[in-house]
Amino acid sequence: MRRLALTLALVLAPLVAGAVEPDEVLADPALEARARDLSQGLRCLVCRNESIDESHADLARDLRLLVRERLVAGDTDVEAIDFIVARYGEYVLLNPTTRGSNLILWLAAPAMLGAGGLIAAFYLRRRSAPGMAPADLTEAERGRLADLMKD
Amino acid sequence: MIVELGHFALVLAFAVAIIQSTVPLIGAHRRWSGWMAVAEPAATTQLLLIGFSFAALTWAFVTSDFSLRLVTLNSHTLKPMLYKITGVWGNHEGSLLLWALILALFGASAAWFGGNLPPTLRARVLAVQGMVGVAFLAFMLFTSNPFLRLAVPPLDGQDLNPLLQDPGLAFHPPFLYLGYVGLSMSFSFAVAALIEGRVDAAWGRWVRPWTLAAWVFLTIGIALGSWWAYYELGWGGFWFWDPVENASFMPWLLAAALLHSAIVVEKREALKSWTILLAILAFGFSLIGTFIVRSGVITSVHAFANDPERGVFILLILGVFMGGALTLYAARAHLMEAKGVFSVVSRESALVANNLLLSVSCLVVFVGTLWPLFAELVLDRKLSVGPPFFDAAFTPFVVAMAALLPLGSMLPWKRADLGRAMRPLGGILVLSLACGVLAWTMQTGRSALGPVGVLLAAWVVFGAMADLWQRGGRGGIASRLDRLTRLPRADWGKVTAHIGFGVTVFAVATVTAWKTEDIRVVQIGETYPLGPYAVELRDVREVEGPNYTSTMAELVVRRDGAEVATLTPEKRIYPVAGMPTTEAGIDHSLMRDVYLVIGEPQDGGGWAVRSYIEPFVNFIWIGCALMALGGGLSLTDRRFRVAAGARAPRAAALPAE
Repeated sequence: MRRLALTLALVLAPLVAGAVEPDEVLADPALEARARDLSQGLRCLVCRNESIDESHADLARDLRLLVRERLVAGDTDVEAIDFIVARYGEYVLLNPTTRGSNLILWLAAPAMLGAGGLIAAFYLRRRSAPGMAPADLTEAERGRLADLMKD
Repeated sequence: MIVELGHFALVLAFAVAIIQSTVPLIGAHRRWSGWMAVAEPAATTQLLLIGFSFAALTWAFVTSDFSLRLVTLNSHTLKPMLYKITGVWGNHEGSLLLWALILALFGASAAWFGGNLPPTLRARVLAVQGMVGVAFLAFMLFTSNPFLRLAVPPLDGQDLNPLLQDPGLAFHPPFLYLGYVGLSMSFSFAVAALIEGRVDAAWGRWVRPWTLAAWVFLTIGIALGSWWAYYELGWGGFWFWDPVENASFMPWLLAAALLHSAIVVEKREALKSWTILLAILAFGFSLIGTFIVRSGVITSVHAFANDPERGVFILLILGVFMGGALTLYAARAHLMEAKGVFSVVSRESALVANNLLLSVSCLVVFVGTLWPLFAELVLDRKLSVGPPFFDAAFTPFVVAMAALLPLGSMLPWKRADLGRAMRPLGGILVLSLACGVLAWTMQTGRSALGPVGVLLAAWVVFGAMADLWQRGGRGGIASRLDRLTRLPRADWGKVTAHIGFGVTVFAVATVTAWKTEDIRVVQIGETYPLGPYAVELRDVREVEGPNYTSTMAELVVRRDGAEVATLTPEKRIYPVAGMPTTEAGIDHSLMRDVYLVIGEPQDGGGWAVRSYIEPFVNFIWIGCALMALGGGLSLTDRRFRVAAGARAPRAAALPAE
């Protein structure tokens, strides 16, 4: 039945589509919530940096319907995403995978935080080392201090 | 004729900038005071020339002089006067001219208000500022001349991008540029200090007001941009991690880090070489931002000039300035010997942690923004990095910053006792936990984002207030209040800006967690429920605007039968530019916004209507305004006027949004 409703929706789709049209919304709220979640992580391929959830483009609408169709057919979230990536490529994912060279992307921040933290800790230890304080005066300053102390 | 004079003035300004960038530098090296003194009149002349040039271009836009290519491409006789004027910078060439104008403005104010800088430092700062001017004027004259004429002028222009015809966006670029270009002052000070080979407390005090001003302008500019996106793009979002948004956010993060590390230089003469590096990098990120926006290498809504030649030129500018400054840094950084000694638990350490978090979070944004470009060029892998990545990778830094802020801002300098510093915060911690738990119980079965955000925000806001209260010293309330009124403005500025940060954290977390959305088909005359409200679609009609036609809906929002607001969301079509835009109907209030968008007419009759309830969303911009206000308060501190040479008149003119 749902399948039929969806097919009908596809056939009757208006020529100009907007972001998530009322006729796309699935009857089952749990399924619809999952569809919205997934849509927000998928890129509208013909737009500039918009997810299919936000986009007004026809292609985005097609993708939104495809996501819903997969979910209605009983796919898990992962299966539905894999289905779309298999057709449109990795470019469609707004949330980059953690596979292969993308690890650099994900690990850049923790690595820098670790390295920066080590440098900072080293710096702080050195700054707080005892016996550093009085050595700050130069020869000239010390001489001048001695002169002043004489008076 | 005026246009030709404007062009001529721009060429003259280029010549003056070359003089400004060489003669004072040689003078400072040889200690020839006459040569050094050239810097000041040169900076003033440059401002006058570029100012005239800008006025000439504005004149061409105001009078709709379609013999000018730029006016034809970006204006139209029917456009309202406000957008004829803002159209001057609503395009690549004009916005560069605005950039050059602001650069000259900063240079000239450094010349006017830098009276008590050592003469060699002042000459060098102005010379470096002149070099930046040379680079951008050359960029404009050789690749993006705004004064090109058309042989056959058309009868009418092609209109400005309708998205840009909006008050919020009209003033977004000037503020952003004031921020970007303001960071060129910090850069000039850093490079001049490297040439001098000397950084001391006085340097920290001189560089801070400029950084502060730049940061305040960036804050206002970014807030205006996000406010615009919220009400104009039509789905109630306020931040999209768009490459161009990131381009302005990166310098903001580094400027915030620089502000804090310059305090350590000023008060404790430590972190010198790090501060210099930050000053160089902050301006570097401004240039990278310009490159991202202007070259169009990364596809984005904002990139209105996609021209490889221009991109290469900006990359060249970036390479020369960053390469030069960093080489100089490598050669001279060892001269910046730190003096202050401090223990591991101290204000200094807290500021080091602040700098670490801010700069690494900037790196996250940087890597995320450029990764798709890198992956495509180097790894031959076409992929996207979108909001889910940034949300996941950036949020931990905000959490860490908010968690550390109240404690760090109250630690004493040099050596602190953690237990004693924590004591006034104990009550605050309990209070914040209570706020978090309250938020947890009020929401039912949703993510932890809302309660955690409320907890952190309460911790930051109340912590800042406790900080202020403690500055009042011991004694009765009267004596405390008396002491508070006599605190330096910088202290008030600090507390205000920190509260602003907390407020923004609160708003971002709550609106993200608790926003509700409703999408449906509504027949005219039908009423539908929306949270506690009932919304009736009363009418949809066609309306003629000055340069657009609009489909305007009329919706009445009621609560318990009483009318709350009548909203008129629109769909506009600008026939000349051939572009549709949405105008949401928004009922603003502090607690929530009701946000209605009219969609397409449906086959079975009725209209698609999108409705949102956005709780506390306005606090995002209230928080930003508080941050900017805090920066402004600090700028008016007496210390900067006395020591750094009366650099405050512009601060007084800061709009509080």
